[in-house]
Amino acid sequence: MSTDRNLIQLITPAGERISHPEFDPWVKDIGDEQLCSLYEDLTVIRRIDVEATALQRQGELGLWPPLLGQEAAQVGSGRALREDDFVFSSYRENGVAYCRGVDLTDITRVWRGTASSGWDPYTVNMATPQIIIGAQTLHATGYAMGIQNDGADSVAVTYFGDGATSEGDVNEAMVFAASFQAPVVFFCSNNHWAISEPVRLQSHIQIADRATGFGIPSLRVDGNDVLAVMAATRVALDRARHGGGPTFIEAVTYRMGPHTTADDPTRYRDANELEDWAAKDPIQRVKALLERKGLLTDQVRQHVHDKAEAVARDIRSGCIGMPDPEPMDIFKHVYSGPNSWLDRQQDHYARYLDSFGDPAGATSEEGAR
Amino acid sequence: MTQMTFARAINSGLRKSLENDPKVILMGEDIGTLGGVFRVTDGLQKDFGTHRVVDTPLAESAIMGTAVGLAYRGYRPVVEIQFDGFIYPAFDQIVSQVAKLHYRTQGAVKMPITIRVPFGGGIGSPEHHSESPEAYFTHTSGLRVVSVSNPQDAYTVIQQAILSDDPVLYFEPKRRYHDKGEVDEGIDPGAALPMDSARVVTAGTDVTLVAYGPLVKTAKDAATAAADEGISIEVIDLRSLAPVDYATVEASVRKTGRLVVTHEAGQSGGLGAEVAASITERCFYHLEAAPVRITGFDIPYPYSKLEMHHLPGLDRILDGVDRALGRPNSLSGLEG
Repeated sequence: MSTDRNLIQLITPAGERISHPEFDPWVKDIGDEQLCSLYEDLTVIRRIDVEATALQRQGELGLWPPLLGQEAAQVGSGRALREDDFVFSSYRENGVAYCRGVDLTDITRVWRGTASSGWDPYTVNMATPQIIIGAQTLHATGYAMGIQNDGADSVAVTYFGDGATSEGDVNEAMVFAASFQAPVVFFCSNNHWAISEPVRLQSHIQIADRATGFGIPSLRVDGNDVLAVMAATRVALDRARHGGGPTFIEAVTYRMGPHTTADDPTRYRDANELEDWAAKDPIQRVKALLERKGLLTDQVRQHVHDKAEAVARDIRSGCIGMPDPEPMDIFKHVYSGPNSWLDRQQDHYARYLDSFGDPAGATSEEGAR
Repeated sequence: MTQMTFARAINSGLRKSLENDPKVILMGEDIGTLGGVFRVTDGLQKDFGTHRVVDTPLAESAIMGTAVGLAYRGYRPVVEIQFDGFIYPAFDQIVSQVAKLHYRTQGAVKMPITIRVPFGGGIGSPEHHSESPEAYFTHTSGLRVVSVSNPQDAYTVIQQAILSDDPVLYFEPKRRYHDKGEVDEGIDPGAALPMDSARVVTAGTDVTLVAYGPLVKTAKDAATAAADEGISIEVIDLRSLAPVDYATVEASVRKTGRLVVTHEAGQSGGLGAEVAASITERCFYHLEAAPVRITGFDIPYPYSKLEMHHLPGLDRILDGVDRALGRPNSLSGLEG
């Protein structure tokens, strides 16, 4: 059996900064101003999540995967990355996307159903989020093999959940990453639930210990502690940049809300568990730390509040103002060049639409016949 | 022109691609020091190094999934699936990722991945080593599927597949690996017949016989045999299975009025059904008889002592030609 590894922690749930000789040096540049900035990120990302959830409830989004409770895992890691690193995430890493500089409207694009990818991956060095569980870990590993071939020192980072560690692809990705010593960071957000299935159903050992079997060093970090996550991610990135190969990070966190807006966690989750985790809230503890340090001035409060509200307004207006795609757009980009089968179908459908004369009538379900 | 085997022609085409583009990278199980179980990649790792010709761990989904990541990074991976029956563990990565990422990202991410699959039967192998899974992939949008039937095409089309910005499944008829033929290595793949074009192999006037991959040779032999009986068969090598070049098939059927399609894969939902339906839609009034399919049976690939019953041979194809022509045949007297 594996040992019960303690979490790497730099801020306690009560907001006390505790020292950790091994990891403190990795965040020594995070002074007061940077701490306030991280607090802003955490708050803004939660606000994005709340707004998007509301948009879904109001029928503006088809679905939304909330990240409530996981803000520190995403901000701590996302803010540790360099611009030329490349992220391969799941569908829940909207906070990471925000850190990568993804346009706010683009964050909701897929969930509104106007595109399959909200953004061009190369503009922010973040792949289009993956819905197939764990598939992206292989993409990151392959990308990392490419980095290695190119002789570059950037890193591929892949995000996935605890449930994904049961998937073959994640295990195969670790085999390849270890075999080729690829510069890839496996970032597992252990949020304790894979829809309704608890983490104990996925693994009888601590998730971080799984990596050891593949020959990949791992870190187990308090995922609700933004500083600790940042420190751990920086350690892993540094190792990868200097030829040390892959690292696995288990960020122990908790999904406070449902899996997606279609889910009802009260059917499978004990309310007491939620209460326990609410006491470890990632934003409250930074707030408490700032208060202890006397940094949470009215000015800071106001600034963070205004920023979060402005972002919420932008995401709402961007989402609602998004134009519907054109019908013939469905045929675009299936192939990079002509394809006789598809060209024929496209031609026939265009003729069909044209037969209505009125373009508005063509898209109605009743038609104009 | 050089005489070479089918396998050597693919090897030579791969070599050209590796020489021409430093972003081309070969990946697969045993393809390096061993040169592949069929020796198709023989000598390439020695000449191009372990970073260009990568011996991978034994994990098909990972081979495909890491190729996706390499394509994201601007590489043009050529992956080898060791045997047809081993492609299924990679199925998700092929149909959900490789096929769809260009569409999903509105064209921002290219997936110029070539997937080499030794396929088909007739070599006396155990199960999982003789399958014809092409219809799974012809049904998936975003993929191009080709199958070559002679060394010259093998040499040219592998280079065209690698040059394509779309993912291409390249099905290699493994029972033809040792067949020899003339190959012009000086040919420019950009100027050669495009890989999505079919080719009339043998001109004829009575029946159009459509085949691809390993059965093109059998179809040609059938045409030769039929000629002795005064029947003129036009043999078409599809070459591209997705998309099928229907213009070429249609032109032939308009001339002959009769269509026979043959493949090793099982009949139901197979490519033959697609060709028959499409040709019926396109030139119904030119057909003198219902299209005929001569295919493998809807069974798991049989043990090797019986495989020749499953695989369409010259006589079964000629029996199908007789059906298309309304001549006495094994099903004479049956209705429907």
